Amino acid sequence: MERMAGELSGILEHVDRIGELELDDVPPTSHVVELENVLRPDEPRPSWPREDILAQAPDPADGAFRVPSPQADS
Amino acid sequence: MVEMRELSVADAAAGIASGEISREEYFEAWRGAAAGDELGAYLWQSDAAAAGLPIAVKDIFCTEGVPTTAGSRILEGYRPPYTATAVRRLAEAGFQVLGKTNMDEFAMGSSNENSAFGPVRNPWDRERVPGGSSGGSAAAVGGGLAPCAIGTDTGGSIRQPAALCGIVGLKPTYGAISRYGMIAFASSLDQCGPLTRDVTDAALLLDALQGRDPCDSTSVGIEGGVKPPSRESLEGLHFAVPAELAHDAIESGVRAVFESTLKRIEGLGGEIAEVPLTHAEHGISAYYVIAPAEASANLARYDGVRYGMRAEELGDLISMYESTRAEGFGDEVKRRIMLGTYALSSGYYEAYYGRAQKVRTKIAGDYASAFSSFDFVVTPTSPSVAFGLGEKVDDPLAMYMNDFFTVPMSLAGIPAISIPAGLAEPDGGGPQLPVGFQIAAPAFGEQRLLETAYALEQEIGFDARPGSVSDG
Repeated sequence: MERMAGELSGILEHVDRIGELELDDVPPTSHVVELENVLRPDEPRPSWPREDILAQAPDPADGAFRVPSPQADS
Repeated sequence: MVEMRELSVADAAAGIASGEISREEYFEAWRGAAAGDELGAYLWQSDAAAAGLPIAVKDIFCTEGVPTTAGSRILEGYRPPYTATAVRRLAEAGFQVLGKTNMDEFAMGSSNENSAFGPVRNPWDRERVPGGSSGGSAAAVGGGLAPCAIGTDTGGSIRQPAALCGIVGLKPTYGAISRYGMIAFASSLDQCGPLTRDVTDAALLLDALQGRDPCDSTSVGIEGGVKPPSRESLEGLHFAVPAELAHDAIESGVRAVFESTLKRIEGLGGEIAEVPLTHAEHGISAYYVIAPAEASANLARYDGVRYGMRAEELGDLISMYESTRAEGFGDEVKRRIMLGTYALSSGYYEAYYGRAQKVRTKIAGDYASAFSSFDFVVTPTSPSVAFGLGEKVDDPLAMYMNDFFTVPMSLAGIPAISIPAGLAEPDGGGPQLPVGFQIAAPAFGEQRLLETAYALEQEIGFDARPGSVSDG
């Protein structure tokens, strides 16, 4: 953890250089390709077979994903 | 058999189509080569009957019923119920997966040393890295273990390993190829692309891969597809060299190869001038905010509930999440999740993520203005030739600097190709190693980019192979 804290500080120090730039009137870019909203026909399609999806789960049970209780063991 | 493997993919495909080459024999020749992998390039190899042109696929692409790990423990044992669109399109074009290739965990890395399943070795010198994150794909093609491969590039992960392994690597325009089924790292930057021995094969693969996909709303494809390049002259074309390059930290051997390649461009009739790309130097800073921020959101899905591994030690639900992630993720992934969540946290959001997005606008603007008077921007692909295994693992910032020349194009979303331009010794001496030359073009300018890369490739005539060069 200590090693990583030092590494992250070093990285942030480098990243802080963007603080020197004059960016007040610059719009942010979250996405580079200009896209229009794409719509598709709303047609029903079969969903994934439940058993195929559950087959990948670490602990499937009764057709669902089983997880430990949110409460600590009593 | 060796002769068959010397053929380009385009020539082999033509030979198979005309009946001169047996499809089965061709595939088996490559299967045999892949089976002899001593580089750690493959994580899985196919034993299916030969039915297509062999291709190595980075283990970040979901393949139905076939292990897909993205180089991470957390996905150990995962067999996706579906296949990525890119891989499906390759199959429709006659390709068959030869194997899945090793990679930096979740594509985070520039040396392939961040794989949970061991490093990949550079075919030119096994004590050196192949680059990353598509290091397995690059080493497989460069080392003669696959005729061609696909990888993904978020900040240089196709181009940099291609450069370090002496092959061609293309990052297409963001949106050219579907990302459906490609395990997400940084969704606004990730893009699939080919790693091949020559430019013609890169065009062949890109044509098969590109296209709009209803499963990825950001995919648009390349209008008109991609044709085999044939250009011979660079007459009338204008190439921009970033003015800042003169001061950048570049190995002397890399700089020499870069400058001799500029002379070749002029010899072919191209015109070269310097142009300021003033914000490119801030690319690394912006990238190492934006990519970790997106990654920290994307990786939240690995929670030990629906797929992949779950830690043995349980307790309540929250401690199950925590111990699964503690055991399942490697150091670099943890580092980036911490960076990303920090950059997105309330109070720091504007200073980091907000500003980084603005720098992204500035970088894209620099390129847009360069392309108003130039056709291409050229740089070395990587500041150095392949470095030693372990050399930079303890210094993440030094590792990030490998991406200095490749990150700006990713932030701008434009296509860029790396072609092998020659060999050079590392600073301080060592063997002769490949040097990549990077060419970037405006968005969706892939055809012109490939034509230019092809003309330059013919002029360079790079034919060195690992083992054919004696240690210097």
